[in-house]
Amino acid sequence: MHPLTGTAADLVWLLPLLPFLGFVANGWLSLRGAVRARVTAHPTRLETEGSRHPQFTLVNVIGVGSVVAAFGVAIAVFAALAGAPDAAGPYVQTYGSWLPSGDLRVDWAFQVDRLSMVMALIVTGVGALIHVFSVGYMADDPGYPRYFSYLNLFVFFMLTLVLGASYAVIFVGWEGVGLASYLLIGFWFSETRNADAGKKAFIVNRVGDFGFLIAMFLLWANLGTLDFREVAQRVPELAAGGGLVTAICLFLFLGAAGKSAQMPLYIWLPDAMAGPTPVSALIHAATMVTGGVYLVARSADLFAIAPVASLTVVVVGAVTAIFAAVIGLKQWDIKKVLAYSTVSQLGMMFVAVGSGAYVAGLFHLVTHAFFKALLFLGAGAVIHALHHGYHAVHDETSDAQDLRLMGGLRRRMPVTFALMWIATLAIAGVPPLAGFFSKDEILASVFRQAGGSALAQATWLGIPGSVVLGTAYAILLVTALLTAVYMTRLMRYAFHGPSRVPGDAAAHVAESPWVMRGPLVVLGALTVAGGWLNLPALLPLGPVGTLEHWLAPVTGRGAAVLAAGAPALGHGTEQALVGVAVAVALAGIAIAWVVCRPDAVPAPDAPAPTSGFGWLLSNKFFVDEAIEALIVAPLVKVSRLVLWRGIDLGVLDALFVRGPGALTRGIGWAGTRLQSGLVGTYVWVIAIAVLAVLGLMLLMK
Amino acid sequence: MAADLASFLGHWILPALLLVPLLGAGAVLAIGRVAAPGHALVASPLREIRVLTAITLGIEAGLATLLWLSLDPAAGGWQAVVDLPWISEWGARILMGVDPVGGLMILLTAWLMFLSVVGSWNAVTHKLRSYYVLLLVFTSGCIGVFVAIDLLLFYVMWEVVLVPLYFVIGVWGGRERVGSSFRFFVFTMGSSLVMLVAIGALWKSAGQGTFALDALVGAPGPSTTAQVWLFAGFFLAFAVKSAMWPFHTWLPDAQHEAPTTAAIALGIKVGAYGLFRFAMPLFPAAVTHETVRSVVIGLGVVGIIYGALVAMVQPDFKRLVSYAAISHAGFVLVGLFAGSVESVQGAVLVMLSSGVTNAALFLLLGILHEQRGTGMIANFGGLARVVPMFAVMLTLVSLASIGLPGTNGFVGEFLVLLGAYREFPVATFLAGLGVILAAVYFLWATQRVLFQPLAHEANRSLRDLNRREQAVMLVFAVVIVGLGVAPGGLLRHIEPSARKLVARVESRGRPSAAPVPADPVAPPVVPPVVPPVVPPAAPLAAPLALPPSASR
Repeated sequence: MHPLTGTAADLVWLLPLLPFLGFVANGWLSLRGAVRARVTAHPTRLETEGSRHPQFTLVNVIGVGSVVAAFGVAIAVFAALAGAPDAAGPYVQTYGSWLPSGDLRVDWAFQVDRLSMVMALIVTGVGALIHVFSVGYMADDPGYPRYFSYLNLFVFFMLTLVLGASYAVIFVGWEGVGLASYLLIGFWFSETRNADAGKKAFIVNRVGDFGFLIAMFLLWANLGTLDFREVAQRVPELAAGGGLVTAICLFLFLGAAGKSAQMPLYIWLPDAMAGPTPVSALIHAATMVTGGVYLVARSADLFAIAPVASLTVVVVGAVTAIFAAVIGLKQWDIKKVLAYSTVSQLGMMFVAVGSGAYVAGLFHLVTHAFFKALLFLGAGAVIHALHHGYHAVHDETSDAQDLRLMGGLRRRMPVTFALMWIATLAIAGVPPLAGFFSKDEILASVFRQAGGSALAQATWLGIPGSVVLGTAYAILLVTALLTAVYMTRLMRYAFHGPSRVPGDAAAHVAESPWVMRGPLVVLGALTVAGGWLNLPALLPLGPVGTLEHWLAPVTGRGAAVLAAGAPALGHGTEQALVGVAVAVALAGIAIAWVVCRPDAVPAPDAPAPTSGFGWLLSNKFFVDEAIEALIVAPLVKVSRLVLWRGIDLGVLDALFVRGPGALTRGIGWAGTRLQSGLVGTYVWVIAIAVLAVLGLMLLMK
Repeated sequence: MAADLASFLGHWILPALLLVPLLGAGAVLAIGRVAAPGHALVASPLREIRVLTAITLGIEAGLATLLWLSLDPAAGGWQAVVDLPWISEWGARILMGVDPVGGLMILLTAWLMFLSVVGSWNAVTHKLRSYYVLLLVFTSGCIGVFVAIDLLLFYVMWEVVLVPLYFVIGVWGGRERVGSSFRFFVFTMGSSLVMLVAIGALWKSAGQGTFALDALVGAPGPSTTAQVWLFAGFFLAFAVKSAMWPFHTWLPDAQHEAPTTAAIALGIKVGAYGLFRFAMPLFPAAVTHETVRSVVIGLGVVGIIYGALVAMVQPDFKRLVSYAAISHAGFVLVGLFAGSVESVQGAVLVMLSSGVTNAALFLLLGILHEQRGTGMIANFGGLARVVPMFAVMLTLVSLASIGLPGTNGFVGEFLVLLGAYREFPVATFLAGLGVILAAVYFLWATQRVLFQPLAHEANRSLRDLNRREQAVMLVFAVVIVGLGVAPGGLLRHIEPSARKLVARVESRGRPSAAPVPADPVAPPVVPPVVPPVVPPAAPLAAPLALPPSASR
């Protein structure tokens, strides 16, 4: 019997159920409200607007309460798990059979283990904070109940994703979070741009999901199971480094790259900023987009024996990290900067998990959830405040998200200002904030792996693994520098210098209400303290490597395989690495401080550069345009002109409909000609027919 | 309980299922024309005709449900068998029986017809009487197709299905009804004549003097070459009726022009069932023939991708749904011919799911069409604010059609692809691309209908679902989510039939070859879990001997 039987871990089913009930209840309220508004409203205003929602309504009590309660359950389950012995193994709860077909057995089953519960805590904890923030942020929105029902739906699917005990159950959450993301990105669906962004996100994610599906088929065809425990048991049957396991891992990674916005599937994430800002914080920064990192870490046993796939993860992660960071340098929309930053940081996490440093990657996932959620919510507070300012002066045109129209906000929003600086320093990697420890651990791990580990001895497209890893380390250092630059730039333009807010709107900008500031403060505290989760041995600050020990039963085996043979780093080397990382962060901040002078900000309508690197940069390297021109447009054109008009309405119709029709009519026509009534013609025809038959008979002999 | 029910239903349930719609049709013809004593004749009794039709189909749906509940998946052979003499010179008999797959198709047909008549209550006013009479005749014929296990009877029922649909499209269709019904006629009649020839040839070559399916299956099969040709004759008819690529061009036209219920009737996968029930068990050597198999699976894959791509560029939502159905038909083909238990079960589920989701879509689009007289996507936009309940349902049904996990659409497609992967990795890989494309065309269409600005004034006054439509849609929603989350019961019900088909195909296809090497768990012929799958050598004696004297 499993040591967790009879403990709070048995309640794990409550975790997704609570937000699901919230979704149903708020969905019902939302639909009822929409139906009533439809019946009573003036024909041009179909949703009631302008009424501010009170702080405690049925809607937000359900919406926030369900996630807070789920967080409570998660803590209880976590505590029970912490009390179980290290060797206990995953505790799987099966609730029923889902797909019993032939030899296939897929159950509705959740898995309580150390990895899934870390994720569940993040999802419900950060999720609860963001739900609370939303109470203030969305207060003026007519779609308030709909918003909370979608947000709860997201939490439900995300918990299914992290708790699922098999690839198939994870896939339910995997596509489900995509659905919730689609609904929330297009939350303000009356604008075509938003609806387009939601659709794009779903479709690009589906490209990844296709990879996930193929990976599942490969697993099933070769291991005969999709269950995590059984896959782990049967991994030794796969030839290490063989084509099969490499293919499985590469297809899994295709799925991960879609969900976690890696090259070239990152294109949906910047557009996803069309959704409400708390959504960006929860889904597109803290939780859903880290699903890919989770999937790779969950499949550590597989990736560990597929070094080529692991190195692919490293390469894609590194390229994405620096590419997105470069684009982030030139964005003027405050949320777009953060979006590219997220893409870049996810790239760093993939470099970590690809190089076998699973714990470093997950550590960064956790701290990133804290400081990136803080940054997004802070940006949300700014947008919210500016929006109110514009609203007060009836300014309908100014963009509340444009950094060029900000400046000087530090005096008006001091709390937000201070907290966002903490998060900025954290993401830049300044000690002793959370981001410093996690980023440093990634850098140190990649550096160590590059020096002679099993992974370094593998080759990737003919390139030695050590070169790949060494290059990745260098790229990550540059990325760290760029991160410090674009974040300082954002802060400088938003909060420092004189105000560039047009008109009198600035006078109406004020710090947000406590319901929004509260979550910011909590996230700020986590951003400061998060590093203590996994302290390096180098600095005598407290218990060393807590997360490392905690996750060892899940990822330890895989990490050990890939790291085999890597020499331990000397104290001197480690100190030098930390020194370099900190120096890079400080240098980035300093550069941005000098270069990004608030008085040199161009006007929003200033012409964009028309040549050179600046031109490429301001157009985001034309990736979207290239995909549109090379894939989407030709596909639509071929489908319309060749397949539909050409083959369907042309060839096939002619072959099967007009062809037989014409044939019948032709025979009919010949028939009428023949019945001319002229006996001479008849004689001729008969004669020819007789000759023909005779001739045939001769030939047949 | 199932056993009690089965013995209670005995051998009257199948004739009842066939006769109830015909009796209903007679009543519909009579109502208002034959005055009851003391009652005046009603000039145009639209309401009465509708109520009578709905009641008839309601009874039919109830009977179908009873039949489904009574079926024993472990029984192996045919159940609820009826055997009556018919044309003794040829050995043709009125021989009927069902297994769980047949029962499932009957359940689907009866319920879809009932729900669609209730859900599109006011859709037709012109010549309503004849319309419903034809639909009731169609229902009877369709049930006949699913219960017939005598090839000649099957053929007759097959034609009974086609004729009413032909008239319905030609009389009640929209502007291009003549062209549509002509297309439908050319395609379906042409192909079924070929099937008739194949049936005749099979009858002659078997030399048993019978059309009974089991007898023909049990007879020493014709040579592989002959099987391939005969199979081609059957396949053509079934592929045409299921709108499989490249024989699909009649479907978008016909469904576009037909009134809602007829469009739904056209979407029932009778042809796919024919493959499952007749063509595959009769000609296993053809099915396992390398070329035939690659060609058929190739057609399926092409259909999946082609259907999806063409659906993507349709300006009309109904045509889009038709092309989506063509894409789904490709999944059925791949699933059936990939020949694993999982893929065959998946194919049956796709038949079911495609029928369910497409019916719901046609009902929803019919509601729009009734009010705006158009189905062009460009004429809508922003409807989510005007008709919220409609929007929720259209979104849910679209997601099911996309195959989102947790809906019925996922289960079938997933099993088809999973089951096909081992032997046909490339085909599965390509078919998987259809999963991406499905998201493209459906999300794009729903976005342009439900979201974006409310651009057309005329759409402001659209009405939302009324109580009747809400009730019908609720049934669809329950089925969509229920089958998505808990398909286990259904899967277990149809598994013996799927195993039987797979075993049949395997045994004849590779008589000397060892069992499939890649399948370590279950030997393909005698599965351990499921009790008696009728061994292929002596399957017919049982049902043929079964008919009780009562039915003589």
